[in-house]
Amino acid sequence: MKLKLPNPGLEDRILSHDELERLEVEEAGDRPKWDNKAQYMLTCVGFCVGLGNVWRFPYLCQSHGGGAFMIPFLILLVFEGIPLLHLEFAIGQRLRKGSVGAWRTINPYMLGVGIASMCVSFLVSLYYNTIIAWVMWYFFNSFQEPLPWSQCPINANRTGLVSECERSSPVDYFWYRETLNTSAAIDETGGLQWWMILCLISAWGVLYVCCIRGIETTGKAVYVTSTLPYVVLTIFLIRGLTLKGSIDGIKFLFTPDLKELANPTTWLDAGAQVFYSFSLAFGGLISFSSYNSVHNNCEQDAVIISIINAFTSIYAATVIYSIIGFRATERFDDCLSGNILTLLNTFDLPEGIITQGNYQEAFHSLNRTSPDIISNLNLKTCDLNSFLSEGVEGTGLAFIVFTEAITKMPLSPLWSVLFFIMLFCLGLSSMFGNIEGVLVPLQDLKVFPKSWPKEVISGITCLVCCLVGLIFVQGSGNYWLALFDSFAGSIPLLIIAFSEMIGVVYVYGIDRFNEDLIFMIGHKPNIFWQATWRVISPLIMLAIFIFYFSTIVTKEIFYSAWDPESENFPTLEKKPYPSWIYVIIFLLAGVPSLSVPCTAVFRAIREYCCKKHPSAPVQEIDSESYKVHIQDEELKSQKSDQKFFT
Amino acid sequence: MLAGVLLLIFLPPLVAKDLCKDSQDGFKVRLSIKTALGDEAYEWNESEMFLFRSTLAYAMRKQSNQDTYNITNILVCNDTQRVSFVFVVTSPNDPDQLIPKEQVERAVRQNKHRINNAFLLSDMTLEFMGIPPTLATPITYDTEPWLIVFGVVIGAVAVGIVALLMSTVSRKRRAKEKAAGLSEVDEGIVKENGTTLSSLGRKEGVYNQAFSNDDRFTEL
Repeated sequence: MKLKLPNPGLEDRILSHDELERLEVEEAGDRPKWDNKAQYMLTCVGFCVGLGNVWRFPYLCQSHGGGAFMIPFLILLVFEGIPLLHLEFAIGQRLRKGSVGAWRTINPYMLGVGIASMCVSFLVSLYYNTIIAWVMWYFFNSFQEPLPWSQCPINANRTGLVSECERSSPVDYFWYRETLNTSAAIDETGGLQWWMILCLISAWGVLYVCCIRGIETTGKAVYVTSTLPYVVLTIFLIRGLTLKGSIDGIKFLFTPDLKELANPTTWLDAGAQVFYSFSLAFGGLISFSSYNSVHNNCEQDAVIISIINAFTSIYAATVIYSIIGFRATERFDDCLSGNILTLLNTFDLPEGIITQGNYQEAFHSLNRTSPDIISNLNLKTCDLNSFLSEGVEGTGLAFIVFTEAITKMPLSPLWSVLFFIMLFCLGLSSMFGNIEGVLVPLQDLKVFPKSWPKEVISGITCLVCCLVGLIFVQGSGNYWLALFDSFAGSIPLLIIAFSEMIGVVYVYGIDRFNEDLIFMIGHKPNIFWQATWRVISPLIMLAIFIFYFSTIVTKEIFYSAWDPESENFPTLEKKPYPSWIYVIIFLLAGVPSLSVPCTAVFRAIREYCCKKHPSAPVQEIDSESYKVHIQDEELKSQKSDQKFFT
Repeated sequence: MLAGVLLLIFLPPLVAKDLCKDSQDGFKVRLSIKTALGDEAYEWNESEMFLFRSTLAYAMRKQSNQDTYNITNILVCNDTQRVSFVFVVTSPNDPDQLIPKEQVERAVRQNKHRINNAFLLSDMTLEFMGIPPTLATPITYDTEPWLIVFGVVIGAVAVGIVALLMSTVSRKRRAKEKAAGLSEVDEGIVKENGTTLSSLGRKEGVYNQAFSNDDRFTEL
């Protein structure tokens, strides 16, 4: 059953295979090109491998049954990630245009998909670079011994430690107070934080230097930004394995709990993770592959990049959990030592009589003899598993848990510098793809005059993004960032990806697409690709979208706030969003999503209006160029007549 | 007579013990030698106690600027296995009178560093209950280290931007010069053949990269 929607004029909009061949041979055209295949692969790997691989995947893995999570993850990788990736690479390489140009070529009514990609890339760039600014702040602060987040500062009277820090912990205080200076609620702006503005400017500055001439400069930058994270991960793995408790962490991560496979949330989280981890539907991948030679083997590239992405996720999870295991063991030891010391001090027992080994028996015997004293002591319960399963993800993992672990290692400034350089490279290489997804559509939509050089266009884009990004450096910036992350970067992408599949398979036509692939890579894509493109992947996308949409619409949405005046401090307090935030949420998720159908409707209305009032016939222009044009048209028709007769 | 002599001999220590046990001016001290030194921990015995009493006497001497304090002025009791005990300080002029708590506290605080070092311990492992440890002065920098690193990074970014923009400008200038040079050569051909555009219509023409930015035919 080959359903194909009517698509008039497609032949006129795309280059034929012969024209593509000619373009290839003559190296004509002013489209930029990759210097070599390695640059292209590193850029795509850098775009796909990002902060999510380091701080989202390990959390999901551990909370959804450890080793058992690999099963849904790998299955969905094969049935959802690889087909979508291959699709984006193939249409980029075939149509040789960025996302807006590609969708306009496929069908002018599908222009909305390209515009939606551009909007999402823009919104994500705004907050993603703020995270990079935070990473840079920590990086700048890593060049001192002792690290500023290893101890609480002393209060103004010099009588003790700052109360907020004492009640929570030095790492929490450094993150929430000295970095973010967060306000207690999203409506309290808290003013702009000058040190964060400086970090934001430096983040956008570095990005501008790398993107100033498009892939000409990013192609050079990715040699460093895409390879350095792997080097640092390996160094951390070696360091981590030599620390006490790291093996416990790794064992905890990978211990399979097969019961989790019956839980539908596991499968949906795996699907969402695969989808977002591949940076699909941003438009950046289409752009990158459009700079390739037309006979590049995009099928092989898609498979290789998917494998690298999956491997990186698992590798990063191992490293992260070895360090988390170390931290949990340290905390457990501290907890137990604290209890032992309390017991020794209360009962004036000699040192060393209660050790970690005999703590339980000693505790029980003391409890039997004097239970009332024991109950007054408020001893803490120390459980290694509870420390290990303090499931942290996202910024909490990087800036609180990991930084705490680093302070406990010898030579902490070195590890801190390495860790934040790694996060910086991971984030920056993903930003290259995001910015590509913004700049190329802007050029295709002719927002800027053609005479303006690329440097100016990228400069203006970076400047505008930096200014709008000032939202995220105010006191409540962290809450705004979480808002953008949940709504701008989730639902619209699913809609765009679904539309992409429908567009290519049913509007462009799977037959034509197969022929294109035969032309480009030499063989027809096999039954696996056919089945996944036509049926399986769109269904998976639809399922994930319905799940996400229903959970967001039905649940009350909360955000976690750091409020020193709350009762449960230092636990984050769940606060409901004020009502005007719902307007913002609608704008963030709605504008990109609705641009897909609205552009089609808008175009249809314009076409209808044009049909009703046909334009005046073209006047004969008395100019040299027109005369020459007519002359050449006549020559062409003469030649074609000649061809018929010879 | 003998009873009286015995009483006289044993009374002072008994009285001393009472002074120590019942007083409000005493401080409880706790040492955690094994925690601090691990394998190199020394045994707590009478000699160590002697050292402790002498360091305290030294502290009192320094604080009060009186050289009259002696080891006999430091009384110790409630010795436990934990290695914790209570001590009081008697006045050198009158053995039955105790030095008030605040004065002893001041003496200990001023000389805590010396007392710690005598025992190879720290504020955490040699605790005087009721005397909080003096907080270390926070490190103040003339310029925050993060500003220095920030300056370096921003400087590098600025240099990079300027260098890349300069290279673009020079590239454009060179391209313009080339184009200007070639167009002069081209004008000669035009004069000979009439219109060159028809000859360029043939596919055999070599595509000249210098004109790659210009359109062959001006569009309507």
